Amino acid sequence: MNFETIIGLEVHVELKTDSKMFSPSPAHFGAEPNSNTNVIDWGYPGVLPVVNERAVEFGMKAALALNCTITQDTKFDRKNYFYPDNPKAYQISQFDQPIGHDGWIEIEVNGEKKKIRIERVHLEEDAGKNTHGTDGYSYVDLNRQGTPLIEIVSEADMRSPEEAYAYLEALKQIIQFTGVSDVKMEEGSMRCDANVSLRPYGQEAFGTKAELKNLNSFNYVRKGLAHEVVRQEKVLVAGGEILQETRRYDETTGQTILMRVKEGSSDYRYFPEPDIPRLVIEDEWIENVRESLPEMPKERRIRYVKSFGIPEYDAEVLTASREMSDFFDGTVQHDADPKQASNWLMGEVSAYLNSEKLSLEDTALTPKSLAEMINLIEDGTISSKIAKKVFRELITNGSDDVESLVEEKGWVQLSDPNKLRPIINETLDQNEQSIEDYKNGRDRAIGFLVGQIMKQTRGQANPGVVNKLLKEEIEKR
Amino acid sequence: MSINEETVKHVAKLAKLEFQEETIHGFTKELDQIIQMVEQLEDLDTTGVEGTYHGITHHSVLRKDEAKKEFERDDLFANVKTKQDGFIKVPAIMDNGESGA
Repeated sequence: MNFETIIGLEVHVELKTDSKMFSPSPAHFGAEPNSNTNVIDWGYPGVLPVVNERAVEFGMKAALALNCTITQDTKFDRKNYFYPDNPKAYQISQFDQPIGHDGWIEIEVNGEKKKIRIERVHLEEDAGKNTHGTDGYSYVDLNRQGTPLIEIVSEADMRSPEEAYAYLEALKQIIQFTGVSDVKMEEGSMRCDANVSLRPYGQEAFGTKAELKNLNSFNYVRKGLAHEVVRQEKVLVAGGEILQETRRYDETTGQTILMRVKEGSSDYRYFPEPDIPRLVIEDEWIENVRESLPEMPKERRIRYVKSFGIPEYDAEVLTASREMSDFFDGTVQHDADPKQASNWLMGEVSAYLNSEKLSLEDTALTPKSLAEMINLIEDGTISSKIAKKVFRELITNGSDDVESLVEEKGWVQLSDPNKLRPIINETLDQNEQSIEDYKNGRDRAIGFLVGQIMKQTRGQANPGVVNKLLKEEIEKR
Repeated sequence: MSINEETVKHVAKLAKLEFQEETIHGFTKELDQIIQMVEQLEDLDTTGVEGTYHGITHHSVLRKDEAKKEFERDDLFANVKTKQDGFIKVPAIMDNGESGA
């Protein structure tokens, strides 16, 4: 029997706020364990959670970027569970009135475009972090407890692990462009659970699904799903039954392992959070957030190709991150030729970032300085050879005025005939043999002479001008 | 809806409560009566009445996103029975709902 794969993803994204979702504790990484917590995070008796305005704004921003409708009359709910990562014994989440619903994003697999619907985006708080020791104990750090999260639930619209991978990439890119999260799976600011089931081709009803957890990279999502598809197929072909269960992906073996038979949603005993009054989101707030959305990667790519004549692949690379794309736009706004700006960013700049393991914002390079440098190459003030030196200087030390910088450093290309002629004649005087060779038809002699002059001027002479003047001077002899 | 002993045991398990068999028997009867009483509300005609989630009309209470450090770890740890290197030390529980988020 042939089966169709059905995949839906639940993605958690940590919002980049200063304080937590319901308490003013700092929501930053890297602090001493349990130092960024307060009585609200611990659920001490009598405390009251108060909603972080920016977290709501960020949640809306993400929801709008994912083409969702905002729920204007919304509320928070309690999800009850016991686990040491959350001393309150409940998580404040949104159950039946998520802040955003009915969105979609577009993915592309093997050149084919497809819309993946998004069922909902809801706001909630993260739990603390448990580290399991080998001594039979777990060590709990509540710094992460209460960090604002959004959970993005897709419809079961994906039909292969590759589509799931493409969905995650597109989702990450969109969220990254909104700036509400770092969306880094390796740092835990983006996490993914996958629901997967099989059904015989032609059957409408979905089969029983398994939920995969511990998928710590896009690649593991793809591999874990691929393994799970094979496992379920074997069970079904053998006449067995798939249980609704939670399975854990094991990175070392590439297999999925049973964690537990899944609790039903009713076991969480959701009820409206009595400590938080309902939340009404006015039209004006939604419109303000909508206006604050940046141009999305897809629109940027179209613009780069259409207005700047950038090849599609290059446009793809330039929009891989908002940082790179903003930098490119900034450089063009400072009057650099778009193709040159693109070449530099995809070439020298990317190579530097890769080799130094830096991101653009860690360097001293600015869109203005890059644009100035490109224009100095274009008008012949500096040679493309010297430009590499200038670039190195700009990316490591920076400059507010690249023209002054190249003058100070003596990097200006020497193109003035009155300055070049004496140097040329001096070189000719010392190389009578080369003149002779040239006159006898050995063109290579010219190359040697140009090389000598470049050496004499420490690479600053304009090779084109030197070539022309050199021939003139030889003719005179 | 009527409550049976299985439901009571299940809810008790979710709430991490343990009871003697005979107590469960008593609870089942009591809870069943409570549910029956509450179910009387279903006799009311609520056509056209919007659902209520809160008893108060107050809404949209928000806080500015300003981080404050208001508590010292030692004070928050006052009721922590076992700790180590700034962590709360608890028996390892591996198989249940980690990160309910």
